[in-house]
Amino acid sequence: MHLIRCPHCGHRDESEFVYGGPFSGARPDDPGAIQDEAWSNYLTVPDNPVGPVVECWWHANGCGAWVTIARDTATHDIREARDDRG
Amino acid sequence: MMQRYSGFSLIRHAISRHRGWRRAWRSPELAESYDVLVIGAGGHGLATAYHLARDHGLNSVAVLERGWLGGGNVARNTVTVRSNYLRDESIPFFVRSVAMFEGLTRDLNFNLMHSKRTMIDVVQTYPKLRELRRRQLFMDLHGASYERIGVKELRRRIPALTGGGPESRLPIIAGMVHTDAAVNRHDAVAWAYARAADSRGVEIHENTPVTRLLRSPDGSISGVETARGEVRARKVAVAVSGHTTTLTETAGLKLPLRTINLTAFVSEPVKPLLDVVVNCPDIGVYLSQSDKGELVIGGAPDPGQSFRRDIRQSVFEDTTAALLELFPAFRTLKLLRQWGGHVDIAHDGSPIISTTDVPGLYVTAGWWGGYKAIPAGGMTFAHLVARNEPHPLIAPFGLARFRRLGFVVETGTTTAR
Amino acid sequence: MTAAERRLASGGGIDRSRPLRFTFDGRPYRGFEGDTLASALLAEGVDIIGRSFKYHRPRGVIGAGVEDPACLVELAGRAASGNQQAATVRLRDGLAATSVNCWPSPELDAAGIIGAFSRLLPAGFYYKTFMWPGWRYYEPWIRRAAGLAAAPATPAEGRFETRHAHADVLVVGAGPAGLSAALAAAGSGARVVLVDDNRVPGGALLNRRLGIGGAPAEEWAAKAGGELAAMDNVTYLCDATAWGYREHNLVLVVQRNPETPDVIERSWKVRARRVVIATGAHERPLVFANNDRPGAMLASAVQAYVNRYAVLPGTTAVVFTNNDSAYGAAADMAAAGIDVAAIVDSRKDVPGAARALVGGTEILAGQVVTEAHGRRRVRSVSAGDPAGGTMRRIACDLLAHSGGWNPVVHLHCQSRGTLRFDDTIAAFVPKDAAQPAAVAGAAAGLPSLGDALADGAAKGAGAAEAAGFRALSRPLPECRDQPYAVEPLWLAVAPGREDRSFLDILNDVTVDDVRLALREGYRSIEHVKRYTTGGMGFDQGKTGNANIIGTVAHVKGIAVPEAGFTTFRPPYVPVAFGAVAGARTGPVVLPFRHTPVTAWNIEQGAVMYEAGGRWRRPGYFPKPGESFQDSVDRECRSVRQRVGVYDGSPLGKFEIKGRDALRLLDLVYTNDFSDLAPGKGRYGLMLTDDGMILDDGVTFRIDEHRYLMTTSTANAETVNRHLERILQVDRRGWDVRITTLTSEWCNATICGPRARDVMKALATDIDIDRDAFPFMHFRSGSVAGLPARVFRVSFTGEVSFEVNVRRRHFRSLWDRVMDAGRRFGIEPVGSEASHVLRTEKGFLSLGHEADGTVDPHDLGMSWIMSRKKADFIGKRAVEIRRSSGEPRRELVGLLPDDPEQAIPEGAPLTPGGSKRASEGLTTACVRSVVNDRWIALALLENGRERIGGTAHARTRTRIIPARIAAPCFHDPEGRLLRG
Repeated sequence: MHLIRCPHCGHRDESEFVYGGPFSGARPDDPGAIQDEAWSNYLTVPDNPVGPVVECWWHANGCGAWVTIARDTATHDIREARDDRG
Repeated sequence: MMQRYSGFSLIRHAISRHRGWRRAWRSPELAESYDVLVIGAGGHGLATAYHLARDHGLNSVAVLERGWLGGGNVARNTVTVRSNYLRDESIPFFVRSVAMFEGLTRDLNFNLMHSKRTMIDVVQTYPKLRELRRRQLFMDLHGASYERIGVKELRRRIPALTGGGPESRLPIIAGMVHTDAAVNRHDAVAWAYARAADSRGVEIHENTPVTRLLRSPDGSISGVETARGEVRARKVAVAVSGHTTTLTETAGLKLPLRTINLTAFVSEPVKPLLDVVVNCPDIGVYLSQSDKGELVIGGAPDPGQSFRRDIRQSVFEDTTAALLELFPAFRTLKLLRQWGGHVDIAHDGSPIISTTDVPGLYVTAGWWGGYKAIPAGGMTFAHLVARNEPHPLIAPFGLARFRRLGFVVETGTTTAR
Repeated sequence: MTAAERRLASGGGIDRSRPLRFTFDGRPYRGFEGDTLASALLAEGVDIIGRSFKYHRPRGVIGAGVEDPACLVELAGRAASGNQQAATVRLRDGLAATSVNCWPSPELDAAGIIGAFSRLLPAGFYYKTFMWPGWRYYEPWIRRAAGLAAAPATPAEGRFETRHAHADVLVVGAGPAGLSAALAAAGSGARVVLVDDNRVPGGALLNRRLGIGGAPAEEWAAKAGGELAAMDNVTYLCDATAWGYREHNLVLVVQRNPETPDVIERSWKVRARRVVIATGAHERPLVFANNDRPGAMLASAVQAYVNRYAVLPGTTAVVFTNNDSAYGAAADMAAAGIDVAAIVDSRKDVPGAARALVGGTEILAGQVVTEAHGRRRVRSVSAGDPAGGTMRRIACDLLAHSGGWNPVVHLHCQSRGTLRFDDTIAAFVPKDAAQPAAVAGAAAGLPSLGDALADGAAKGAGAAEAAGFRALSRPLPECRDQPYAVEPLWLAVAPGREDRSFLDILNDVTVDDVRLALREGYRSIEHVKRYTTGGMGFDQGKTGNANIIGTVAHVKGIAVPEAGFTTFRPPYVPVAFGAVAGARTGPVVLPFRHTPVTAWNIEQGAVMYEAGGRWRRPGYFPKPGESFQDSVDRECRSVRQRVGVYDGSPLGKFEIKGRDALRLLDLVYTNDFSDLAPGKGRYGLMLTDDGMILDDGVTFRIDEHRYLMTTSTANAETVNRHLERILQVDRRGWDVRITTLTSEWCNATICGPRARDVMKALATDIDIDRDAFPFMHFRSGSVAGLPARVFRVSFTGEVSFEVNVRRRHFRSLWDRVMDAGRRFGIEPVGSEASHVLRTEKGFLSLGHEADGTVDPHDLGMSWIMSRKKADFIGKRAVEIRRSSGEPRRELVGLLPDDPEQAIPEGAPLTPGGSKRASEGLTTACVRSVVNDRWIALALLENGRERIGGTAHARTRTRIIPARIAAPCFHDPEGRLLRG
């Protein structure tokens, strides 16, 4: 059971969070400018590394924050928690 | 020639204290090249190799296995064989696979202890009932059986199911009976295919991890690099659930797959009390009882990608709480063993059994609960590899569907994988 | 030896002033406080406690704790439970235990005859036979023979509970290393949790006669335990077992016998900054013929029963060993009055220090015990030189054997730590940790007491320092230890006897079985385990696995570490499922949400349904004598002809505020919201980026930068997550705030031709005239004296007023609506009637028409896909999918040729009704009150072109032809709802 750091609440148990899927950068501003195949890949082909994967978790049973973390898929270590709220 | 297994041979060998049993499969030397390399000696890989040799007459086939034969998900699943799917694309494939499983003990001369136990879906909400009735009507189109029963009959058939009464949070409203469903002995499936494939000339190489796929200058596959050296082949068939992308990315191929961890657990062995596979999709738990007496229990996959065979406590607790809602007497029953397995799941949740952008490279992946698909998966994948065109049963499951975003969505598929 | 002679008159940890009565298989026995069931049965002279899994061989006590592989019992009464290890069951007054897997009794087990056919039942025999005529003829017999105890049939009395603990340092085990670690860590001021599976501290010290600080070691342990228990920063959980070690240093502990009487067991989830694993070592048995006979016991277990429980498990003993520790056991046995006939030591050179412990006892160095004799209990053993020569028979009724010690590395391995093989102690020991944890003492492969104390202190202090505390150095006590040295011995079996030399005593796995597996090509240690089932029984191989690995290495002629080892899977000991779920039982598992009129609905006799989003709402309101269809028809008629009201409170409601609110709406909705004027609302459709329908609902503009969004009941949380993710992850700069109002505001939807009359009768200061308050507008004001927001939307196709009030006002609003509506014939309407009404109108219901494959064009809603907006979520995906030109399934209406014929919802449409792949799906079918016939909605391939034609729905018993129609059966122009 993961211990995930919420920027507002500190380290909290995974059961307070809802998994939000892998994160491959913010959604592009102008998808219309992207080729069909590239857009299909953007939608369907996630990074699937044996190692750190960036993903989002929603602190649904907590403060409601969306947290972006880099979690190692081999060790489950959470190596960094992106927090650019300043 | 395969040494025949039977009750008589067992008695005959007992006299010689079982010293006369031969090896179930050989340990041949690794050659420099083969016609086809199958990567992964799990259920799908071994079945594919068997069908390549049996159906397509290929006599230069090698299976390369990173660890021990049958050590992947075929070694760590909940052995549920069923065909209660929702879509026209999926049902015929699984109907065939279930039928093939039924004849497999004879075909392979290895007792898989295939037990047509029947699966009963315990329905606790009306939307789920509506979905399962839809499933019933579509399954009927393809010859699979699925019958609705009332609560009284449900309780008669599952006496241990004492929860879910009228006063409970989600009272049971009906059951759906899938008589084709079965359980069997998972390790035996791997061993039986290995033995049968070996007897048809297939070489199985354990402890031979593939580190890289090799391509020729024209871009087509030319072989693989293993920890024991390079092996050449014009066709490479990848059947390495969970590690598919790790391998294909060595050839520059990204796939719409995520690797996740799926766990299961067993109770202490107890006297027979559950004669059917019980699936409770509304509350999120399924279980059956093994011949040894252990209750084999599973639930939802872990959230997030993972290459760790792990136990996620939160998921385990959810599943256990769900179990006790419907089977409150199991509170003092004990957990004996739990385990995880990593599986890959495609973007739309349906399998991928396909050629790829790399000529000569074929993948079978995205099965997550792929155990039930082993016989038909092996048969159709062998067909694809041997003839370079999909078997009709798997035509909907090619990679091309992702490019045009034409998904096969098994929405609300039952919990039982 | 009589029972009285088996119990020593003095000594041990039992309380002779507190005798306890218990029964085993119905016979009465006596024991003392401090006994386990196993020690009490031994004291009472009960040799055979159960039968083995496969061959039904007699089984007696072998070990003195969780490592005992043989003695399972079933407990009756409160907290009844099957398959309990007798060596871990605390004796209580009135305890009633029965043996498992034998009938009629362990002594006269009828199935014992199976043992005679054991030659026919080698490892994996079932894979080779039972194939003809079919497995199904054999399976019921096999199943009945397997399975040990029966499962509990009724829920146990009492409850389980869960506690969470946070520790700076968690120490597992209160033996010498654990106590030493806990003292060092606690001295630093760190929060320490100490977990031990015994009721008293000391671990292995309780079973042996060692000394610490000039006193008996158990006295030192008691003092240390007392000191720790008294410290404010220490939580000492005794009678508690750490069974699971999860990621991020979460350790799971089950505590038996907690102080609260109605708590069966308490589950602890300990999240620790550092963990010290001091779980000691288990003795491994030696492998010789009939090593499973009652009377053959682990030497350390005999020592424990003698020292701790003051029980003599036999009168005349032979000790068989390959290491020094059995000499201490032999000395204690002799001191207690057991006649030690000989010590058989496989080592040619027995260290002097070991010899010194046993005085004049005969030592047969360089010899082995090859076989134990005696049918129901050991009567003698054969011993001699393994290289050959004559065997000597030695009479005895007790054979204490020791094959060395295995560190208990289970938790270390569960935490992903690695192992290495240590040649000095011939065992696998921890190598690297994978989490912030350290292994100390015997568990780390340090067999000596002095090392354990020092290592524990160092690891405890190190853990505290790593957690940010300053550990004070503490002088280590002097100790009186015994020597330890071992030479591995994997097999001591005479040829031809390997079929009764057991590696896994519980599962009846013999040396022959392992040889067979290897011969047949099952070469990997995992193959051997799975083929023979060795290590897969109740004890999960705690005592057997090491010998299986040793045997595999021996047979293959390789070094032990090359043979490898199998995964140490959780749990360390079997754990009740109740303890795993803890407090999560009953209403806590799936809490449901209710509105202020839930109770009113139930009083009215409503049939309540699960409505998604954890809400329950009324399905229909049956009146006496009505059928289901009667009730639904009546409710529908009330809406179409007079007026109805339904509780729309569960609808998702969100206030969206901020300068960029419109940008958000334009991103998530397919249609354009930029020209929506304040006071007005608009229906919108949301897609996922895959281009599938996510949700629909009406959003109102309150003022320039303020909107009120409604969503479907079931998807409210999904939409909330979707919007928040966009704002917090993808568009972090946008100025938008979302407030969930779902439970703040409740709504009564008054609908039907007389709805406006009811509104007037309620008294409102809002001008509800159709021109003053048109369709798709909202107004704030007072309704029935309550502050309200009123929306004019319609899901039924009739004039509707959605009256929203604060939750606390809702019940009184509801009562006023029912009062005011009575003279207009108002009726409450449930979700079934609502489904009929929306189907008549062809309004979308996500659970029915949208199944994860349809897009808005399929639903005939191309108008909602904005062409003006450059982008919205899902736009590109819909374009890409449609560019392939594959035929789509489109929403149509169906009118069965026989108007009285219903089509089951979900029924496939197939070409001509034939039995083949479908061309469509019936999404809804209802009996229409306005049309007085059955009508349906369906998704049909190229359906819109086929309007006027015939489609065929196929059920299992009939083919239902139906005319294809436009998907709207009532007021297609929408005049009524605007009225």
